[in-house]
Amino acid sequence: MRGVGGLAALGLALALLGPASARTLVINANTSDPAPRAAWTAAVAGFQRENPDIEVKFNVYDHESYKRSIRNWLTGGSPDVVFWFAGNRMRGFVERGLLADISPLFTPEVRAALHRPAIDLVTVAGRQYGAPYSYYQIGFYFRRDLLDRAGVAAFPRDWVELLEACRKLKIASIDAFAIGSKDLWPTAAWFDYLNLRINGHAFHMDLMRGAIRYTDERVRAVFARWRELLDAGCFTRNHASVSWQESQALLYQDRAAMMLIGNYIVANFPADIREKMDFAPFPVVKPGVGRYEDAPMNSLHIPAGARNKDDARRFLAYVLRADTQEAINRALLLLPVNLKAATADDRFLKKGQALLTQADALAQFFDRDTSEDLATIAMKGFQEFMIDPQRLDTVLATIERARRRVYKH
Amino acid sequence: MADAPMPRTRAGLSAWWWRHQRALTPLILLAPGVLLFALFVLYPIAESIRLSLYDWDGVAPKVWVGLANFTELFGDPVFYTALANNLCWLAIFLLAPVFGLGLALFLNQNVRGIRAIRALFLMPFVISQVVIGLIFAWFLNADFGLLNDLLPRLGLSPVAPLDSGRWAIFAVILAGLWPQTAYCMVLYLTGLTGLRPELIDSARMDGAKGMNLLWHVVLPHLRPVTFIVAMVCVVSALRSFDLVMIMTAGGPYNSTMVLGYYMYEQTFLSLRYGYGAAIATVLFALMGTCVGFFLWQLLRREQA
Repeated sequence: MRGVGGLAALGLALALLGPASARTLVINANTSDPAPRAAWTAAVAGFQRENPDIEVKFNVYDHESYKRSIRNWLTGGSPDVVFWFAGNRMRGFVERGLLADISPLFTPEVRAALHRPAIDLVTVAGRQYGAPYSYYQIGFYFRRDLLDRAGVAAFPRDWVELLEACRKLKIASIDAFAIGSKDLWPTAAWFDYLNLRINGHAFHMDLMRGAIRYTDERVRAVFARWRELLDAGCFTRNHASVSWQESQALLYQDRAAMMLIGNYIVANFPADIREKMDFAPFPVVKPGVGRYEDAPMNSLHIPAGARNKDDARRFLAYVLRADTQEAINRALLLLPVNLKAATADDRFLKKGQALLTQADALAQFFDRDTSEDLATIAMKGFQEFMIDPQRLDTVLATIERARRRVYKH
Repeated sequence: MADAPMPRTRAGLSAWWWRHQRALTPLILLAPGVLLFALFVLYPIAESIRLSLYDWDGVAPKVWVGLANFTELFGDPVFYTALANNLCWLAIFLLAPVFGLGLALFLNQNVRGIRAIRALFLMPFVISQVVIGLIFAWFLNADFGLLNDLLPRLGLSPVAPLDSGRWAIFAVILAGLWPQTAYCMVLYLTGLTGLRPELIDSARMDGAKGMNLLWHVVLPHLRPVTFIVAMVCVVSALRSFDLVMIMTAGGPYNSTMVLGYYMYEQTFLSLRYGYGAAIATVLFALMGTCVGFFLWQLLRREQA
C-alpha cells in the first residue's frame, strides 16, 4: 500500500511539474480592461498560430494588484514574459538585475523601424531590456465651440495667449480648465508640462531622479507660473473631491473648456460632444525651450529568472513587428511604437502621432518618472498648492524632505 | 506485519488513552482552532511587527533599520493628523449608541407594520460601506451633488465640505455614523426584547415613568448591551478605512487621513512596506489597548 501511495504522490508531483518543462510560455499581463484584454488575447492567438509547438499560458491580472504582484514574480517564481512600463519603472528592476537583457532583438532593421525615444526608454547602459509596444499623448482636450463662444479664435500657442483665453472664458462664465485632483495624479500633468516647458527635459529628468532640490529657484519658477493660472481662477473650483472621471462631466456640460489629460479620455466622449472636441499640445511657456512631451509608454519584459527565455524572446520579437503593433494599437486606440505600423484612423491619434514623432524627447509622467514614494507625497503637495497657493513654502519643504529621504542626498 | 505484538500495543495504547483522555480531549479539540489562529492571526501580527524594523520596497533586499521607522513616524505630521482624526472619529462615534438607543426605544413598540419600519431603519447597516461612501460623496459633491441643489432653494449658499481641509473629515465621519447608529439600534432592540414586561409593569406600579424609568430600570438592564455597543463603536472608529478610501482618499492633502488608510497608502501606493508595517504596529497597539481594557472590564464584571 505504502509503495503505491508513494508512486501516486510522485506521479502527481510529475503531473504538476510536467507541462512547464517543455515549451510552455507563461505570460502575465495587466490588461484587465475590456479593450486591452481583447487586443492582447487576439495578439497571443496570432502568435500561437505562428508557433503551434509552443503552449502559451496568458494570465490576465487586475491592473492595481498587478503592480504589487510583479514584485513577487520577479524575485520568486517567474513567468516568462511580464507587462510593465518603459523608462524609470523598468530601470528600477534592471538595476536590481531582475530583468533579462534582450539587446539581440534590437537588430538594425528593428532599430530603424522603432521610434527613437522608445528605444532610449528601454535602454539602460547601452543594453535593451524591454519591448515597447504602445504609447499615447497627453495634452489639452478642449471644446472648440466653447472657445469660439468666448471669443478665443485659435487655441493658445503661448503663455500670454493661454492666460488671455482663460480671462475671456471667465467672462463667458466658463472655467478654463477642468481638473479632478482626488486621485492626485491629474495635478502632476500640470507640473510636468510647466517644468518641461520652462526648464526643459534634461532638468526635468534630473529632478525626477532626485538630483535637484525641490526648493531650487528653477522649481519655484514653475510654481510661479502655475500660480498665475490659480490667481486668475482658471481651474474648476472644488477639484479635491472629484476623480478625473467625474471632472470630465464639467467639460461635457459646457462648464469648463479644456482639460490636460491623456488620450484615453477620447473613449469617454459622449456622441454629441465628440465632434466638438479637439486636441492641442501644451503651449510654449518659455521661448527657446525644446519640444518635450509626456508620453507614457508600455512595454513587455523578460524576468531574469524566466524558465523559457528562448520562446519569450520569440514572443517579444513578434510584438516588436509592425503588423502586430498595428493590430494591437488599432484595438487599444493607442499609438504604435513601430513607425512602420499604421496608426488607427482617428483624428486625435493622428494629431498625437504627429506631436510625438516630432518631439525632441519624451517624459513618462510624474508618477512613472520619479519614485512611487516621492510621487505620492509630491502630488499631495501639488493639490495643497492648488487649493491654497500661500502654502507653497510648506509644500516645497515637505517634498524636499521626502526627496532627501528617498534619494539619500 | 507480525500478528503477535499488535493486540498488546493496541491494549497499551487504549489504556494510555483511557488514563489521559480527560487531559487530552480539550487539547485535541482546541488544536485546529489554535493552529489556524496562530497561522492566520498570530503569525501575521508577529511578521508585520518584524517588518516594521526594516526598510523594504518589496523588491530590494530588506534593510534592517531598527526603530528608525518609528522615529520617523513620531516626527511625521501626517501621522498626527491621522491619529487626531481617528480620535475625533472615536469621539463622534460615541454618539451612535445614544442615537441607536433612542431609535430602539422608539421602534420597540407593538404597532402594525413596525417590522417593516424596523427593517427600513436597519437598511444602512446592511448596505456595504463602499456604497454608503459613494452615496454620501455624491450627495455632498459640490458641483453635481444633491445637497448643493437643495441649499439654494432654501435660500442658503452652496457648500463644499469634501473640498475643505477643515470640514472634510466631519463629512466622512457623518457618513460613518449613519450605519453605525443602525447597528447600535439593532443591538439595543435585541436587548430590549430581552427585557421582561413584568419588570416594567412593577416599576410603573412603584410610580416610575419617563426618564426615571429609562434611567433606573431600563438602562441598568441594558448594561451588557451598552458594553458591547461601546466596544464595537470604539473598534470600528479605530479601524475606519473604507469610507475614507471611497470619499476622499485621505485628501484634500492628508486632512482626512486615518491610520488605517495611511498604512495602506504607505505600503501599497508609496511601496514603503516597513513604514506601513510601523503604522500597522502602532494601530495594533492602540486597538489592543482599547480591546484589552474592555476585556479586562468584562472579566472583572463576570467575576463580581
